[in-house]
Amino acid sequence: MDMETDQTYQIDVGNLLAFNPNHRFSSAPSSREELVKECVTEGTKLVQAIADTLFNLPSTETNDGPLVQLPPPSTKLPREKHLPRPKPPTKWEEFALKKGIQKRKKDKIVYDETTDKFKRRHGYDRVNDDNDIPIIEAKASDEPGEDPFAKRLDDKKKRVGKQEKNRLENLKSAAKAGALPSHVQLAVTGLPISGTKAQPKKIGKEALGDVAGLAATSTASGGKFDKKLPGEKPPKKQGKHHKYLPVVPRYGWVDEEKEQTNKVLGKLLSKHSHEILNVGKAINMYNDKKEKKKSGRSDKLKAKKDITKKKPYANKAN
Amino acid sequence: MGQVAGKSSVMMEIRTPKTHKAKRVLEKRAPKLVENGKKTLILHGTKTSATVSSVLMELYRLKKGGAIKYSRRNENIRPFESGGETSLEFFSLKTDCSIFVYGSHSKKRPDNLVLGRMYDHHVYDLIEVGIENFKSLLSFSYDKKIAPHEGSKPFICFTGEGFENVQELKQLKEVLTDLFRGEVVENLNLTGLDRAYICTAVSPAKVFLTHCAIKLKKSGTIVPRIELVEVGPSMDLVIRRNRFPNEGLRKEAMKSSKDKPKKKVKNVDQDDVLGKLGRVYIPEQEVGKIPLPDKSKGVKRERREGKVKKNKEEGSASKKLKESE
Repeated sequence: MDMETDQTYQIDVGNLLAFNPNHRFSSAPSSREELVKECVTEGTKLVQAIADTLFNLPSTETNDGPLVQLPPPSTKLPREKHLPRPKPPTKWEEFALKKGIQKRKKDKIVYDETTDKFKRRHGYDRVNDDNDIPIIEAKASDEPGEDPFAKRLDDKKKRVGKQEKNRLENLKSAAKAGALPSHVQLAVTGLPISGTKAQPKKIGKEALGDVAGLAATSTASGGKFDKKLPGEKPPKKQGKHHKYLPVVPRYGWVDEEKEQTNKVLGKLLSKHSHEILNVGKAINMYNDKKEKKKSGRSDKLKAKKDITKKKPYANKAN
Repeated sequence: MGQVAGKSSVMMEIRTPKTHKAKRVLEKRAPKLVENGKKTLILHGTKTSATVSSVLMELYRLKKGGAIKYSRRNENIRPFESGGETSLEFFSLKTDCSIFVYGSHSKKRPDNLVLGRMYDHHVYDLIEVGIENFKSLLSFSYDKKIAPHEGSKPFICFTGEGFENVQELKQLKEVLTDLFRGEVVENLNLTGLDRAYICTAVSPAKVFLTHCAIKLKKSGTIVPRIELVEVGPSMDLVIRRNRFPNEGLRKEAMKSSKDKPKKKVKNVDQDDVLGKLGRVYIPEQEVGKIPLPDKSKGVKRERREGKVKKNKEEGSASKKLKESE
C-alpha cells in the first residue's frame, strides 16, 4: 500500500521497498566518505519508515519469533512467464457439451453378477476381465472360421489405437493453443512422410553389425585391417569352428589326442556298444543319402531347363 | 509412447516423464497464476577483470539459493546484438532463470555489467552499467554477530529524484528491485530481518549501491530503532546502454490475474437450516484387533487395593505392637 508519511516516502511493505524521491544532494561534491555516510543515513531513515509500518502490523507469536502477515506488494513487476492459457475442449468434451452428457463418478468397487461378489473395477481380479470369459456364444452373424476370442483381442487393440490417436489429436490442438499440460511434451520423431504412411524401420544393433561385416568382406584383406570406429566390435569368426589339439603333447601333460581316440575306440568296442548306436537314426540317414544321390544334386541349385521354350536363333543354318 | 502420424504426416510422439521427480520439476517450471521467485543466472563473457569477477562472485553469494553461477567464459553472448542472445535464452530455459547478470571487460567498456530480464525465456529488457569504486565485502570489518544470514528477505531503499525522472534510472530501479527481492512471502518473521540494500541516485547517470546489515536497537515503542552498518560490497553504477521492453510485451508481462484459485474444502457442507455441516470419517473398528485389558490376577484392582489395605493394617498393627511393648 502506498503510504505517505510527512516526509512523503513511497513505501511498499509487501516488497520491503522504500523510495524517497525528494532528497537532493548538496551540490558541492563532498569527499567519498561523506557521500557514503550521507547515503547510509538516508537509507536508515527509509528502513526506519518501513519498520514503523512493519512492526505495527498484527503479529502472531511462534517459536522462532513474531510472525507478521505482509500485505501483497504494490509495485508491479513483470511476470516471469505468460499466464496459463485455457485449454481448448477435447473432442469428447465438445460432444458431451452438445449432447448434455454429465460426468458421473464411477465407484471403485462394482458388483460382479457372475460370482455374486464385489470386485474392483480396475486391476487384479477385476469385474469384466477379458481373460476370464470361458464361453462366447455364437451368433448368426459370425463367420464359421473366425476365432471369437482372438476377435475380441483384436477389437480391443483397435479401440486402444483409436483412443491413442484421439489423445494425440487433442494434445496437438492444445499445443496449438499454447496450453499443453506441463508434464507432456510433443516431440517430432521423424521427417514428414510423403506418399505411404509407412513407419521408418529401426535397425537393430546386431543387424548393423552384420551389415558392417558384409561390407568388410568386400575388402582385399577380408576386413582384417580396417579402421574400427570406437565401440565397434571385432568381426565374429565365420565358418566352421575347429578346435585343434596340440600335435606334440607337453612334457608331463596328458596326451590329449591319444585320449580322444581311446575314448572313441572304447565306446565302439565296449560291451554295450550296440546300445550306443541309434539304429533307427542310422538307417534313416543312410536312406536319405541314397535318395539324394539318386536324384542328383539338390534341385534348387540347378537351373531348371524348360524344354518347351524355344531358343531364339536356334537354327542359324536354315 | 505411441507414435502416430499426424494430419500433416509428421511423426509425433507423446513424451511424459517416467519418474515422479521429473514430473514435479516440470510442474514447478510450468507457467502458473502465482509464480515462484525469479532465479538469477550469473555468467561472464570473453574477458573479465578482477573487479568484475569479484562483483559476480559476491552477487552470487548474496543471492545464494536463488542464483546459478556459470564459471566458464561465454564468447558468443552479446546481449545487445540481435544474434547474441540465443545462448542466453537457451541457458535461461535450461536453468529456469528469468534474470541474468552478465559481466565483461573491454577497453571500450571497462568493468561492464549487463542486467537483464526474461519473459517466457526471451529477452525482455536490458540495462548496462559500469562499475566504479568497487569495495569488496571482504574489505569491510564489522562485528560478525550482525552478519546477515543467507537467504533473508532484504529491505530495499532508493533515494534521489533521478529514480523518478530519468527513464533509465527508473528501469534500473525496477531491475534492482526484481534482482534483490527474492521470493514474495506472505508471512515474515521479524527476527529474520538483517539486511538492506541502499541505492542512491548521485547524479542522473550514476547510482551508488551498498549492502548493509541491520542492527535493531531498543527504543521506547514496539518499533525498534534501526541502525545500518555497511557490510557488503559497495559500488558505483554508471549507466551505459539500455534497452526498454517492447510496449506490447510489457503490457502482456504486467497482466496479472485477479482470481485466486478456489481451494476446495472437503467434507464441509453448507445447509440453510442447520448451518455448516461437517462429515467425519471413522476408521473401521476391527473388533478382533482391539487390545484387551490385562486380566492377569496380580494386576486386578481388588487385589491391589486389598494389598494396600493389608499393608496399612499391618503397619498399624505393628505400631500397636510396638506401642504395647
